[in-house]
Amino acid sequence: MNARRARGLAGAALVAVLALAACRAPPQNPRITTLSFWAMGREGEAVRALIPAFEREHPDIRVHVDILPWKGAHQKLLTAFAGDTTPDLCQLGNTWVAELASLGALVPLDARVRRTQGIDPHDYFPGIWDTNRIDGALYGIPWYVDTRLLFYRKDLLARAGFDHPPATWAQWARQMAAIKRMVGPSGYAILLPLNEFEQLESLGLQSSQPMLRDGGRYGNFQSPGFVRALRFYDRIFREHWAPLVNNTEVPNPWTEFGKGYFAFYFSGPWNLVEFRKRLPADEQDDWATAPLPGPDGPGASLAGGSSLVIFRRSQHADAAWALITYLSRPAVQLRFYRLVGDMPPRRSTWAFPAFADDPKAQAFRVQLERARPVPKVPEWERIATQLAVVGERMAHGELTPEQAARVLDRRSDAILAKRRWVLAHRGAHGGDAP
Amino acid sequence: MRPQRLTGWLFAGPALAVMTVFFFIPVLGGLALSLTDFDPYALADWHNLRFVGLGNYLVLLERPAFWSALGNTLYFVVAGVPLTMGLALAAALLLNHRLARWQGAFRTALFAPVVTTVVAAAVVWRYLFNTRAGMINVALQAVGLQPVDWLGNPRWAMPTLILFAAWKNFGYDMVLFLAGLQAIDPFLYEAARLDGASAPRRFWHITLPMLAPTTLIVGLLTVAGYFQLFAEPYVITEGGPLQSTVSVLYLMYDDGFKWWHLGMASAIAFLLFALIYAVSFMLLRLARKRGAA
Repeated sequence: MNARRARGLAGAALVAVLALAACRAPPQNPRITTLSFWAMGREGEAVRALIPAFEREHPDIRVHVDILPWKGAHQKLLTAFAGDTTPDLCQLGNTWVAELASLGALVPLDARVRRTQGIDPHDYFPGIWDTNRIDGALYGIPWYVDTRLLFYRKDLLARAGFDHPPATWAQWARQMAAIKRMVGPSGYAILLPLNEFEQLESLGLQSSQPMLRDGGRYGNFQSPGFVRALRFYDRIFREHWAPLVNNTEVPNPWTEFGKGYFAFYFSGPWNLVEFRKRLPADEQDDWATAPLPGPDGPGASLAGGSSLVIFRRSQHADAAWALITYLSRPAVQLRFYRLVGDMPPRRSTWAFPAFADDPKAQAFRVQLERARPVPKVPEWERIATQLAVVGERMAHGELTPEQAARVLDRRSDAILAKRRWVLAHRGAHGGDAP
Repeated sequence: MRPQRLTGWLFAGPALAVMTVFFFIPVLGGLALSLTDFDPYALADWHNLRFVGLGNYLVLLERPAFWSALGNTLYFVVAGVPLTMGLALAAALLLNHRLARWQGAFRTALFAPVVTTVVAAAVVWRYLFNTRAGMINVALQAVGLQPVDWLGNPRWAMPTLILFAAWKNFGYDMVLFLAGLQAIDPFLYEAARLDGASAPRRFWHITLPMLAPTTLIVGLLTVAGYFQLFAEPYVITEGGPLQSTVSVLYLMYDDGFKWWHLGMASAIAFLLFALIYAVSFMLLRLARKRGAA
């Protein structure tokens, strides 16, 4: 048993590297460039359908798509970096860009963007574009976007006496209170799974004060803005507007939404497809989407999604860039949307009737203009998981919002300790390490 | 003498070489790693790797998350091991009874959970124990009891996992007990019966003492296995609710493979190793005192 564990720990990296190395395409005809492209989950499956058209345009390029499962993707990327087996280009969750850029694994793309006709930075939603900019350099091109907003039951809201979705937290609270009164103890106004951090993170992003301070060296969760978000989040559970559950306990939120177990669902674009697919036709007019209410007016939300990046070790950066340019074309992004339902990051793609004539998608368009990047430090994801851990303790009544803010600051400061040391160390030695 | 020793080494050589490459070197590497703060920054640039001595271990001992993970793991072991072994022994006794029919069929059925994959079984249990729609709560309500928030209440989540683990694993222990029972000489029972010993006395004075070596082995295997609690919370609860099902190994997985803090993760692995070693050693000592091994 001990042997197995120790071996697992020290040898896992080796095994993973070997496995990944084995996955790479064998060398072929020297005149043909074979690109190795890693994509994740459903996007990986869908992008395969877009590749043949690209290969017809570029007879000298072959694209080999490897699909990584989302759950293991982060680990595989770091392992590949450690073992020098990174692909040419990759789909990268945009909260990971900062981490891989700080490893020095990615190539800056500013010069290529300037030279390329098809990619106009001003056509992209600014918050999304900004997630790829680390310390002034651009490391990724947004591929599709993800943000959080409200799915809501129009009919339940109407029965509770409201003909509009909320625009401020105060209105939202009034509506949730009315719905809870209406449905009684067996139903709820909103579903906020306690093991997901994105909801609290989105509320925190709405504040004008950033969640980290001093260049990402310390937590800033005790700022008045974030404490206000914590209080609002806490109130939702205090008043029993949301059930105290994890998402593993609601394996089918779509049907529960249809049944009216909750009237608001705080979630992302993929659920547009899911609700359309899973709810019966006669319930499709009962629900709608709305941008996120903010503390004092229409609120911001997180700028998530995936970008396309080129790895520093790639020998085929030009070919990889050709593929990125192709995948960034509005027409190709429209096909991609039809394949998986991922929302495009460019305003010109949103002009297609598929989006312009879809009121449920338009709420996302509005929200994306107000999307904001999360703090761009490699440690962010780890800090964000603490948002869920501490938020859950608060929801269970173990912490007050003020105590929760203090705990979050203490934990973030500990998580960021190495970053502070590295930054100080780099300054002292004048080195140019990333 | 000399050539004999050489022959001995030659025979042991291949196995030793394999052990060295796949066990001793990785273990030493892991130990060395646990004395550093290896993390993604070190991956980027070796200059960011610091030797921290026992720092990781000291940080761990001050970390509330480690102590609560240790507490959860001990809870799982202390409640789970006796439950699993008790179920296994009871099932083995029933199967071994001379009145038992279709022994083979029952043995297969009871062993079946062991060979199912944890993940598939866990997903099914998650549905069974669903608070609102799960069959367990539907059944409880049918007999007039209050439904229990099995996986959402921090007090109930670990007991639910223990039930799952006991169901999943008792078949293995049962087969070992069954082998032990079948090895007991029937004359002993016959002699006891002639002396007028009742069934409970026969169980207490013959079955249990004769099973002692089997019990020791089963206990050691189960304890070592249960300390490495991981798959159950990983699939069923993801460590929640309120971190009440995060085990030591789960913490190690998060630190090592999610955040790539291999230094800290190695330290956790060695602490867990020390713990399992100490507990196994104590069990052996205890057994030796009683004259079982």
